[in-house]
Amino acid sequence: MDYINIFIKSIFVDNMIFAFFLGMCSYLAVSKTVKTSAGMGIAVTFVLLITVPINYLLNKYFLAEGALAWISPSLAEVDLSFLSLIMFIAVIAAIVQMVEMIVEKFSPSLYNSLGIFLPLIAVNCAVMSGSLFMQERGYQNIGEATVFALGSGVGWFIAIVAIAAIREKLRYSHIPPALRGVGITFIITGLMGLAFMSFMGFKL
Amino acid sequence: MKNFDLIKLPFNKNNPITVQVLGVCSCLAVTAQLKPAVVMSLSVIVVVVLANLIVSLLRNTIPPRIRIIVQLVVVSTLVVLVDQVLKAYVYDVSKQLSVFVGLIITNCIVMGRLEAFAMVQKPWSSFLDGIGNGLGYSVILIALGFTRELFGSGTLWGYPVMERLGLYNIGYENNGLMIMPPMALILTGLIIWWQRSRNKDLQES
Repeated sequence: MDYINIFIKSIFVDNMIFAFFLGMCSYLAVSKTVKTSAGMGIAVTFVLLITVPINYLLNKYFLAEGALAWISPSLAEVDLSFLSLIMFIAVIAAIVQMVEMIVEKFSPSLYNSLGIFLPLIAVNCAVMSGSLFMQERGYQNIGEATVFALGSGVGWFIAIVAIAAIREKLRYSHIPPALRGVGITFIITGLMGLAFMSFMGFKL
Repeated sequence: MKNFDLIKLPFNKNNPITVQVLGVCSCLAVTAQLKPAVVMSLSVIVVVVLANLIVSLLRNTIPPRIRIIVQLVVVSTLVVLVDQVLKAYVYDVSKQLSVFVGLIITNCIVMGRLEAFAMVQKPWSSFLDGIGNGLGYSVILIALGFTRELFGSGTLWGYPVMERLGLYNIGYENNGLMIMPPMALILTGLIIWWQRSRNKDLQES
């Protein structure tokens, strides 16, 4: 597979939000204004872009079946893949802690507006599933894994900025009181998901 | 009475999905059929109850600065156990759930309850809170799974209900839209709408 193919596919066809509904918690909670949601989107893209390649190397040289063969041939049959969940989440938690410190130092205003959701990127499903999908789909080399991470991040960014723009306009419309806030956001995301499905074609 | 509230409130006024808006990702992805939805519910109940209990027992010894990593280690150990059990006993469902079992680690319900409840409450209350929230999550999951499988593929737990009722002979068609993921979002939106129109105090201004 070539890089452009993977990039476009992970943005539109396999969009994290509209095709798999991953990272919905922060997507629903941070998407009140375009400005904060753009900051959140960039932070998620950045974390994905660092953690997926690191986890790719971990998976290839330590965790997958037969991956330890480079140490000595006697280890060629060891399969540590059941440890991958713990390893991946440890890498992600450490990177997120670092990103938090960097953002706090260089952009205190962004840090304040993201609030609790910055540390919560660690438990953002989109980040974790970036690593898990990478493992499941078996990308050939680290370049493909990186391009996949970038594409997923950009797809998540587009999705959250789009819903934030719609929610800013929704403030001026008449919605039934019981549907205001979360309810209407769910339904609109569903409709946007239908629109995004046209990239892979409907099959009813 | 207070202990009873811990189990009762998550069903309605404090439901993890429709009110706290936590754990939405998995709720939408695994509900195309009833069976994966039930297996997923059971897994989440086990993980959230045990994680709540363990973290609550450890709460006085966890340093606040590294609490997220400690919680993640507890949760991911439990999830690895659940994952291995599922692979051993219900392999086909485990394949169908794919990455979503692993994603229980990052399921916001588990982390949210640990942060908001288990870190500050006694073990027994945390245990009950875990049961209540796990069940509250399951109710929504099973309702979605039931509706989507019945109207989407005309079966329930693989049993062809619509065919046995003879509805196809009088021109009934399955609604293919129901099995597609966006419909799960729209159905959840409708559940929220129904719930909030009954409970005025949940409405947002």
